[in-house]
Amino acid sequence: MSDGSLAIETGGLTKRFGAQAAVENVDLRVPRGSVFGFLGPNGSGKTTTIRMLLGLISASSGTATVLGESMPARLRAVLPNVGALVEGPGFYPFLSGTANLRRLDSADRHAPSDSRAARVEAALDRVGLAGVGRKKVKAYSLGMKQRLGLANALLMPRDLLVLDEPTNGLDPQGTREVRSLVSSLAAEGTTVFVSSHLLAEIEQMCTHAAVMSAGRLVAQGTLEELRRVGEPGIRLSTPDAAAAVSALAGLGLLASIEHGASDQAVVAPLGSSVNPDDIVPALVAAGVRVRAFAVERPSLEDRFVALTGEGFDVAQ
Amino acid sequence: MRNSVGLALLASEITVLFRRKRTWAMLLALAAVPVLVAVAVKITGSGRGPAFISQISENGLFVTFAGLLLAVPLFLPLTVGVVSGDAIAGEASTGTLRYLLVAPAGRIRLLVIKYIGIALFCLAASLTVAVAGALIGAALFPIGPTTLLSGDTIDVGDALLRALLIALYVTLSLLGFAAVGLFISTLTDVPVGAMAATVVLDVAVQIADSLPQLEWLHPFLFSHYWLSFGDLLRQPIAWDSFASNAVLQAGYIVVFGALAYARFARKDILS
Repeated sequence: MSDGSLAIETGGLTKRFGAQAAVENVDLRVPRGSVFGFLGPNGSGKTTTIRMLLGLISASSGTATVLGESMPARLRAVLPNVGALVEGPGFYPFLSGTANLRRLDSADRHAPSDSRAARVEAALDRVGLAGVGRKKVKAYSLGMKQRLGLANALLMPRDLLVLDEPTNGLDPQGTREVRSLVSSLAAEGTTVFVSSHLLAEIEQMCTHAAVMSAGRLVAQGTLEELRRVGEPGIRLSTPDAAAAVSALAGLGLLASIEHGASDQAVVAPLGSSVNPDDIVPALVAAGVRVRAFAVERPSLEDRFVALTGEGFDVAQ
Repeated sequence: MRNSVGLALLASEITVLFRRKRTWAMLLALAAVPVLVAVAVKITGSGRGPAFISQISENGLFVTFAGLLLAVPLFLPLTVGVVSGDAIAGEASTGTLRYLLVAPAGRIRLLVIKYIGIALFCLAASLTVAVAGALIGAALFPIGPTTLLSGDTIDVGDALLRALLIALYVTLSLLGFAAVGLFISTLTDVPVGAMAATVVLDVAVQIADSLPQLEWLHPFLFSHYWLSFGDLLRQPIAWDSFASNAVLQAGYIVVFGALAYARFARKDILS
């Protein structure tokens, strides 16, 4: 049974294209009211998962529940409450921005015709396109089309927004606007599901995240939970690196030396047996000159790279 | 919820179809067919040629009949092939198909609305040829009572009604082919491919229709009654070919509509 506190829940969701599994056994749990980051390198199955959630493609096996209803069986009841931007904007180049939005709005039979013009204007205004609604879309830049795609997702009040790479093609100003748009929507109670391969973006706007790699879900939870999984470590800056390494070995820490630009740094994972407060006195007692000392949590980026691998190769 | 019939999408479909420059270019090209016929007859004078064409210089209304006769085998199916082949594949190629379905437009509803749009284009295309023919015929030649194929004579108003009836017959004739085009359009995301395949199929069917060895097949080919509208130019009107044509076209709509539905309802939308 579905859990009412979840906006999206999948169980063993799998999509195979021929012999290859694009998405395999994904159990996603997106709490209502969260801003949920869906992370993964290119080709990791993010968009395929999103297409299954929206009923555009059918799952090979597994279940998907969106806003408490089974997909795609209850598609007609679910989708009017979902705004979506899927794999980039799609518009008729020979129509104006306004005409495009009216056309897509008229496809939703729950969208009232008499407020259509006003809702289209409001959506254009919200994404900063109020001045160019009458221009044909073929004259739009990529960033303007992306904004128009966001406007399309906002034509009706939505319970859930699914935004696939929403900042693609946007300038830094536009990226900031999208972040503030997402946070204002979240403040209104809309659940926002954002996919991205850009960690910084997710770190800045999301409360929760999940990480995909090669079609599998490798981690999910609150950002804090995701960061906590990694082991903290220490980093110190000193001119006496070799002495520091042996002093740390005396405490049971396996340290290594990093050669930085100006200074040498010594780093070591912090095991559970050592109290970080004891380290600096021990180093000073051993005659090590300590210039800087810090206990570091791994960043989300470290965690992301650890989960998905570092290479540039698209996952096979 | 209000407006649950969703006529807004049908209105939008018609608006988008007739707001495209391509649609108007095709209608203009169709209007040029009777105009070219009329001008050619005016310059060279009649004499030899099919019955309709030789009568043009005596009665301008025959430009309409001659225009439709010339447009039916090639030009009309060509434009219907473009519109029907583009129906789903065109939406897929602009990326609007996924947004229509996520709206949600409903897959069956979208197919039905697309088909109604294509059918309206068939009507507009046939009427364009008929009206352009009547106008250029009236401009270049005398207009008067028309002698029918049965030898009876009818007045101008009656003749115009017959022309309208023939335009409706031609529209009906194209509906089966339009359903085939819609089905082909659900098979691909490349609109040009769907258009070309639809038009090639039309040509192949017309060739098959002209081969005596395939005579057993002829009554089942969608183009079989395309040129049988001469029956509407008799007194009294012989409705036989109209009825046979209607049954045949309805058969094509049912079969290819079902195929399009079977294909589209389960299709993975990856465009």
